[in-house]
Amino acid sequence: MPRTLLLIGTRKGAFFLESNDRKTWELHGPFCEGWPVYHVIHDPTSGAVYAAAASEWHGQAVWRSADLGETWTHSSEGIAYDTEAGRKISKVSTLAISDGRLLVGVEAPGIFESRDEGQTWSLLSTLAGQPGSETWDDPSNQPPGHLGISALMFDREDADRFWAIVQGVGLFETSDYAQSWTPRNRGLRADWPREHEEVGFCVHKLVRSPVDGDRMYQQNHVGMHRSDNAGETWTEITDGLPTEFGFAAVTHPHDRDTFYVIPLDPGHGRTMPEGHAAVWRTRDAGSSWQSLDTGLPQRDAHVGVLREAMAVDSDDAPGLYFGTSTGQVFASRDEGDTWAQIADYLPSISSVEVVTIA
Amino acid sequence: MADVHLPSTLSPLFPGLPRQLDVQADTVGELIDQLEREWPGLRNRLCEPGPMIRGHIHVYVNQERAKLDTPVAEQSRVDVIAAISGGAGPGHLAP
Repeated sequence: MPRTLLLIGTRKGAFFLESNDRKTWELHGPFCEGWPVYHVIHDPTSGAVYAAAASEWHGQAVWRSADLGETWTHSSEGIAYDTEAGRKISKVSTLAISDGRLLVGVEAPGIFESRDEGQTWSLLSTLAGQPGSETWDDPSNQPPGHLGISALMFDREDADRFWAIVQGVGLFETSDYAQSWTPRNRGLRADWPREHEEVGFCVHKLVRSPVDGDRMYQQNHVGMHRSDNAGETWTEITDGLPTEFGFAAVTHPHDRDTFYVIPLDPGHGRTMPEGHAAVWRTRDAGSSWQSLDTGLPQRDAHVGVLREAMAVDSDDAPGLYFGTSTGQVFASRDEGDTWAQIADYLPSISSVEVVTIA
Repeated sequence: MADVHLPSTLSPLFPGLPRQLDVQADTVGELIDQLEREWPGLRNRLCEPGPMIRGHIHVYVNQERAKLDTPVAEQSRVDVIAAISGGAGPGHLAP
């Protein structure tokens, strides 16, 4: 029977939740010596797990486990800007891997790559030359949490092609492995003045349908959006959701029109509206939305869910999982129709990834 | 050799690294280089590009705050401290 493994990044280390039936779960960890872990991913080719972490004392590093958490190594060799440029790295925030190319996105904005399983790194791109990039290091331009690369997503077929989100700036695509970039923000809404037509959008989360590479969805600061041409243009699909704001989102593994999001209050709280926990699902590409809250706390649940903190497996009846800012993990075995809490008392959760191991 | 004391947060990161050890070095920077040779990657955990000692790592030689070029003598005591670093930084406050 296949095992399901949830890789969980938290404010105080990484944890794994393991199950043989997706009903009962066993917790493993903490890993990474309690460092704040921002993103944990699995490399399906090698089986290794990578964690992007940054210690307040010892700096940033990418951790690696080749044996599903039994042993770990870590390295930041090469994850540094030229000191003469005056840029500093405050955090490694997001990971992506394809075809042996391991990428990490950092603050200040830049992407470093490793070709030796995270032992050594080199700067791949700072997206220099993109509109407005000359002011990205200006302290007055920093969004909350500082401006950095907040997400990276590889094309499944072509390892030279990937997308990067620059926090508070927008989405960019490269098809020549970061030699050149194209802003992919046409059609997005922005409720603030922008200096450049192509950028100035606050993209929170980008996902792509596994069954149709042209179909993308994104949650941004002011709305849900859909693309039917791999990000070249976007259409807003917020109508029917309780708020326009949120971070976490996943696509259905078998249906291009089904997509899940967790709306949050857009103010300082950034928690589920009115303390009522719910995941929202569309089955018609955003024309209508359904609240999925059976089994979730219906009141007094003032919890947030961050960008990487929701995941979906590829089972025939897909399982959904999300982790909260208050350390709970909830799971659904029926495409979100019903939910159960499978962990509690974890540190604040930054990321959740699901791996099915044969 | 200098009597070197390392913080509890550092030893678990490097298999076999003790909390206390004796190191022959003329400066703090040399001392860290010696440790780096035996435990690759250790320098990056104590220093940032420049190089300079990380902001929340404090090094004392005979109870005096030290930098990388601070001399270390044969009988020096060197304390490496993970400094008090309380509260949540901006990265944790948002979103």
